Amino acid sequence: MPAQTFDSRRLVGVHAERVSDVSSRDFPGHYPGEDHSWNLQKFKKNLKVKIQRLSKHSVDFDIVGVDASIANAFRRIMIAEVPTVCIEQVYVWNNTTVIVDEILSHRIGLVPLNIDPSLLSMKADIADTATDRDTVVFKIDLTCERNPKAPKGSTNPDELYINHELLSSHIKWDPVGEQEDIFAGQRPGPTNGNIVLAKLRPGQSVSMELHAVKGVGKDHAKFSPVATASYRLLPHIKITQPIPPQHAEKFQKCFSPGVIKIDPRTQEVSVDEEKVRNDTVSREVLRHPEFADKVELSRVRDYFLFNVESESAYAPERILLESIKVMREKLAVIKVAAEALRAKSTAVDNDVMMEDA
Amino acid sequence: MAETVEKIKLLKSSPDLSAATYQIHDESHTIGNSLRWMIMKNPKVEFCGYSVPHPSENVINIRIQMYDNASSVDALIDALSQLDKVCEAVEDSYLASLREGKFERWEERY
Repeated sequence: MPAQTFDSRRLVGVHAERVSDVSSRDFPGHYPGEDHSWNLQKFKKNLKVKIQRLSKHSVDFDIVGVDASIANAFRRIMIAEVPTVCIEQVYVWNNTTVIVDEILSHRIGLVPLNIDPSLLSMKADIADTATDRDTVVFKIDLTCERNPKAPKGSTNPDELYINHELLSSHIKWDPVGEQEDIFAGQRPGPTNGNIVLAKLRPGQSVSMELHAVKGVGKDHAKFSPVATASYRLLPHIKITQPIPPQHAEKFQKCFSPGVIKIDPRTQEVSVDEEKVRNDTVSREVLRHPEFADKVELSRVRDYFLFNVESESAYAPERILLESIKVMREKLAVIKVAAEALRAKSTAVDNDVMMEDA
Repeated sequence: MAETVEKIKLLKSSPDLSAATYQIHDESHTIGNSLRWMIMKNPKVEFCGYSVPHPSENVINIRIQMYDNASSVDALIDALSQLDKVCEAVEDSYLASLREGKFERWEERY
């Protein structure tokens, strides 16, 4: 693979004690005689979005050619504004466990549910009456008992007692109205059934009704669909002078594994363009006087390496799409308001003109 | 329920709206910074900046000043449509990459 070259204007310099050229300057009027006004064709030509890795819970993708403000908007929306469904109200009929009601309710609220948020509508006000369109009801009924068949002398609670742990799998769906049909594809419940919510001893019991609603992460972090949603900039390493063969291995060890290649025959040192993204840009190389003037470290300002881990009903590859949807809805709402403002201001202008005439 | 608040409120402005501050309700840095960037890409804009006046108030203020007495509302509306196009382009490009399927698939271990 040929060495990737970037326009020096796209690079954020990383030096021993400081960083340079941090902000983007691609605005009209900044560079004399150059056109930096908005151009959709040019943007589309430079834009590159590529998925790198995908698993059941996470996705890694690159977005190249957008400004940090846009990339950051997507990241912020993924964390705080993509809706999910979580238990929000807990009606405690009985709770004789050692965990007090409010702590247990809080723990239950944090359990991730497998309900596709697009199947529910958001409650306008949390105090509104619950309907089958906006609320999913769950129940918990658990009583701990002594196990009559427990082996004599056993000290293992699993053998001594029945139901001595309240697990997330004990949260049972109670379909209401049309929900049996709406959720026919997948029965609502926790994504993970093995979360211990409380420990019980014989005679203790829990009886609760739980109401799950749709919400967003900015109201409460339990509604956030992601465990992490982050980006970093692509590292860029430029070797400006050849590295002497006797120092090749030491040079290689200054970077993350695989980032620096050494030609086995000539001992020539080069950067692996495929693996350079794994570098941490630790700046270790700049601590060694023999290398300090032979290498330039930087990051590419518009090359975003996203990592998103889903911890909700969304498949990981869907989360960016949902965030874009939220962003476009926001823009549409603001645009309607701005157009109303424009209509109002031009109407006022016309009135004034008529008065003058 | 509380009475509905306006999404955009006009704060200090010149009579022809060539320079104006808009207060957008229920928005944050998410929209503020990306909108400011897109407005600044307009060559008719002399100045654009945004702020979140107070963390407990759920609003952002956007100040736009135009050259040659052009309308700042027009610049705002243009930027909103352009940002929508950006979102659309990223979405299309992402979906194309997803459909193409040329990426590593792996399994997490617990």
